[in-house]
Amino acid sequence: MIQTQPHPSRHRSLRDRQHLISGLLFTSPAIIGLLVFTAYPLGASLYYSFCSYSVLQPPRWTGLANYRLMALDIAHHGLLFQSVYNTLYFAAWSVPLGILVAYLLAILLNQPVRGLAFFRTLFYIPSVVPVVASSVLWLWLFNPQYGLINIALQHIGVGNPPGWLADPAWSKPALILMSLWGVGNSTVILLAGLQGVPAEYYEAAELDGASPWQRTIRITTPLMSPYLLFLFVMGLIGAGQYFTQAWVMTNGTGSPANSTLLYPMYLFQNAFQYFKMGYACAMAWFLFIFVAIGTLLLFKTAARYVTYGE
Amino acid sequence: MSETGQSSRARFSPIRKLIVYGVLVALSIIFAAPFVWLVVTSLKPEREIFSTSLPHRVVITNYTKGLTLFPFLRYLDNTLFLCVVNVIGVVISSSVVAYGLARIPWRGRDVLFGIILATMMLPPQVTMVPLFALFKWLGWIGSYLPLTVPAFFGNAFFIFLLRQFLMTIPEDLSDAARLDGCSEFDIYRRVVIPLMRPALATVALFTFLGTWNDFLNPLIYIFDDRYYTLSLGLAMFTSQYGSYWGQLMAVSTVMVVPVMILFFLTQKTFIQGITLTGMK
Repeated sequence: MIQTQPHPSRHRSLRDRQHLISGLLFTSPAIIGLLVFTAYPLGASLYYSFCSYSVLQPPRWTGLANYRLMALDIAHHGLLFQSVYNTLYFAAWSVPLGILVAYLLAILLNQPVRGLAFFRTLFYIPSVVPVVASSVLWLWLFNPQYGLINIALQHIGVGNPPGWLADPAWSKPALILMSLWGVGNSTVILLAGLQGVPAEYYEAAELDGASPWQRTIRITTPLMSPYLLFLFVMGLIGAGQYFTQAWVMTNGTGSPANSTLLYPMYLFQNAFQYFKMGYACAMAWFLFIFVAIGTLLLFKTAARYVTYGE
Repeated sequence: MSETGQSSRARFSPIRKLIVYGVLVALSIIFAAPFVWLVVTSLKPEREIFSTSLPHRVVITNYTKGLTLFPFLRYLDNTLFLCVVNVIGVVISSSVVAYGLARIPWRGRDVLFGIILATMMLPPQVTMVPLFALFKWLGWIGSYLPLTVPAFFGNAFFIFLLRQFLMTIPEDLSDAARLDGCSEFDIYRRVVIPLMRPALATVALFTFLGTWNDFLNPLIYIFDDRYYTLSLGLAMFTSQYGSYWGQLMAVSTVMVVPVMILFFLTQKTFIQGITLTGMK
């Protein structure tokens, strides 16, 4: 009597194959999506960045021409230079200030106060408002003559309040100020982090006679540093793509005097208004590489200023 | 709310309490003021828009006029259509993919997960032009297809969120179902979907809001004003009627209020979702 026992390893390899098939089937939407909506466009945009391309005609290979034009523009302080400067200026102020305000709000909300839910809701609400609607609202708030902000400033004795979006010197500060209104997301993330800090840490510090300020600087902040780094990186990536607000508030022009012409807006103009698609792709790759290197450097050096774990 | 992080308990001095409340109330006023101004302006008669005081008379003409000039119901209809289609697409595709990444052990799955994570870092500008060219080649420009079809191929961020959520659910039930001879798809549909409900609610909510608020994609792909979304419509309306502040604020109010109501109704799902995203 001969019985054919299935070989255990063959049995396992059969199950492995079944798993592979069902795994591929389940993830197939993502695999197809990655190929069609990410991998192909990624390669194509790199190719277009070496071409003159208007979408209406097939791309024509021009080698490094687009990149050379970019370098020339930067060297001669053209519009590209202006847009890079605007975005860097915006990021350099809005990201750290945004984290600072969010951190302050989170620390306040982490105090044993009544009405926590009410305050948290209030601070969060601006970040769920449709961006176009909040941009229109802020456009009105920033109105030099009749806007709420200048009315308030005149009330507290500022005789000659800024022209905000009408003044090239104040238009970027206006965008930065508006961005601070939307820190609710970061606040909620930081609050969740703060609530995870064990109470014993504070008790020990209190026994040592540390003031609330010292406790915040010496204990809370190091423990929160991974969250702060996360928000910093996300903030920089977000600032590099800040588009809708500036577009709506300046009707897509980046006025006055190109002072709000942010990098993504100039890229959009090149692609869909001037149909310089190749140049737009070169700009996109420049942004991509810049962001990738920046993120990498931040995470690589993170060990120096971020405390992970206990 | 957990008590662990609260800095000081019993000996919370009255002075400190006063400072905390004082700062909180001051900041609340600053954060709420734009909304108050929004509603106040929308209710002012036209003659009083440029006066700084509260309205002497509350009128709704801004709403009646604004909503005639601005085809709100049509744009609402367009926007809701996109929202519903995208929610369905993202919820189904992202949950299926997350299941494949979290619950089926197959070779290559970690590589795929890594690639999906990496795509979150990609600025959308990099793929913007070729996607436009691709959709143009397909003849999709001006239609809703570029704004909806990608939703059915999984969203990296939501795949990540659902996968993390699935990793925390024990596999006992799935194993039991497997012994009963259920296929993977049965397990996904009958066992895992019900367990994932809270996370799926978060995904649905964020997708809904993301579509409701999206501006860049409609700006690129929609040209016919009959097909505008609320966001695109309001932006175009603003560029045309830039100085009719009363009407602009009325239209903005009507656009903001539904989102606020949605937020109040789903606050828990919201906070849970954001907290998940900040998880390290």
